[in-house]
Amino acid sequence: MLKFPIYLDYSATTPVDPRVAAKMIPWLTEHFGNPASRSHAYGWDAEAAVEEAREQVAKLVNADPKEIVWTSGATESNNLAIKGAAHFYSGKGKHIITLRTEHKAVLDTFRELEREGFEATYLDPKEDGLIDLDAFRAALRPDTVLVSIMFVNNEIGVIQPIAEIGEICREKGIIFHVDAAQATGKVVIDLDKLKVDLMSFSAHKTYGPKGIGALYVRRKPRIRLEAQMHGGGHERGLRSGTLATHQIVGMGEAFRIAREEMGAENERIRMLRDRLLKGLQDIEATYVNGDLEARVPHNLNISFAYVEGESLIMAIKEVAVSSGSACTSASLEPSYVLRALGREDELAHSSIRFSIGRFTTEEEIDFTIDLLHRKIGKLRELSPLWEMVKEGIDLNTVQWAHH
Amino acid sequence: MAYSDKLLDHYENPRNVGSFGKEDDDVGTGMVGAPACGDVMKLQIKVGADGIIEDAKFKTYGCGSAIASSSLVTEWVKGKTLDQALEIKNTAIAEELALPPVKIHCSILAEDAIKAAVEDYRKKHGTTSSADAA
Repeated sequence: MLKFPIYLDYSATTPVDPRVAAKMIPWLTEHFGNPASRSHAYGWDAEAAVEEAREQVAKLVNADPKEIVWTSGATESNNLAIKGAAHFYSGKGKHIITLRTEHKAVLDTFRELEREGFEATYLDPKEDGLIDLDAFRAALRPDTVLVSIMFVNNEIGVIQPIAEIGEICREKGIIFHVDAAQATGKVVIDLDKLKVDLMSFSAHKTYGPKGIGALYVRRKPRIRLEAQMHGGGHERGLRSGTLATHQIVGMGEAFRIAREEMGAENERIRMLRDRLLKGLQDIEATYVNGDLEARVPHNLNISFAYVEGESLIMAIKEVAVSSGSACTSASLEPSYVLRALGREDELAHSSIRFSIGRFTTEEEIDFTIDLLHRKIGKLRELSPLWEMVKEGIDLNTVQWAHH
Repeated sequence: MAYSDKLLDHYENPRNVGSFGKEDDDVGTGMVGAPACGDVMKLQIKVGADGIIEDAKFKTYGCGSAIASSSLVTEWVKGKTLDQALEIKNTAIAEELALPPVKIHCSILAEDAIKAAVEDYRKKHGTTSSADAA
């Protein structure tokens, strides 16, 4: 039996895995102690649970548990990593580099550093969404102090060449931060091999609870950060604030499950994604956004030309997806990620992101394919652009009345 | 975004979808908006010998509010003279469909579409106002 709306927005957030939820609950009610309480068993139990979870998070990315700092989520991790490192090492230089298609939590943090006097370079990705390594090398300067590139893009799912970027940064002694919020449980992350200094994680993109995340801070060579949150000196002074034991336990369990099951899970999800792609590609004038090879299997971002994204989302209300259309955002601007790929605005307005996850079924995919075929047909009947294209008019030659 | 029942009804059952011959003498065509902005409306009116709008059709590329706004104006312009049609204000469209503030531009576009269609008809006939009856 299908349950509506069918959830295909796993890149926005994932449900908490029932195994994770079950493990969290006792830490809210029975074992409610403060992990920082050193004087009784309530505190000791909570501390042990926190440390066990830290080990699980570290294990998924092949790091030392001592390199994991708890935060409230990837946004906070990105802020702590970027501001913390830039401030600490500002004596070495004030130039920082990132990519235009990064998450706002990175881009806005860069803007803030610019206001403080740093100089930032925002690299354009290639048309396929991947970083241009030659352009990257060319952008490096003697005073470049920090580079921040995401592992997996949230809108188009492309996987950046983190290993290569890491080699370049290490050779030049530049600190390298990676936002891996969309990567955990989707790609293998081995921090013993990758030359990454700082890496941000989120629990809720990987079947853990919202409100908890972590930052990996390399010990060898040791990376220093200026704390952004001051107080009781928790997390070795890097992030003060009482630890949320139940959230941390949840993240640990979610990352344990991810490590044990990601191999089989990704195979299954790839099969579903390929089924979806095949089912949608026979609709006329559809374009996949972003490279299909260097991409997590969970993501499919497609533009259906001559149909506007928000009206399509309204038409397919049985399916929960997101769009790069302006009309689904408060800003009335179409997706900056798709624009950065050089997509025409019209195609950015027409894009839908399908993201598949642990609980997606073949039946749901088949329903979605059928629904899209019907509704796109209907909306194109309504579309003056489609009518003009069918009449053989090149839309680029039309004088539009911009408003 | 939460939309009114009226808006959803126009979106799900759009009225008067289609096209008239652009070159037909009794047809006025208004095309407003741009693909890059995310909405394009094409509104066509068919005007009788008595100067009354007999029929109207539309096609719209745009969000749900844009589709509903254009569907609504095809209903409203029918039976009106060109001058009466020009009196339809975007505020009335926005009120009828209870458009949220970020969607007000859709009603402005619909008003512009009426103006453009009337202008096109009048251009064909070399008339300016009131003397539309052939």
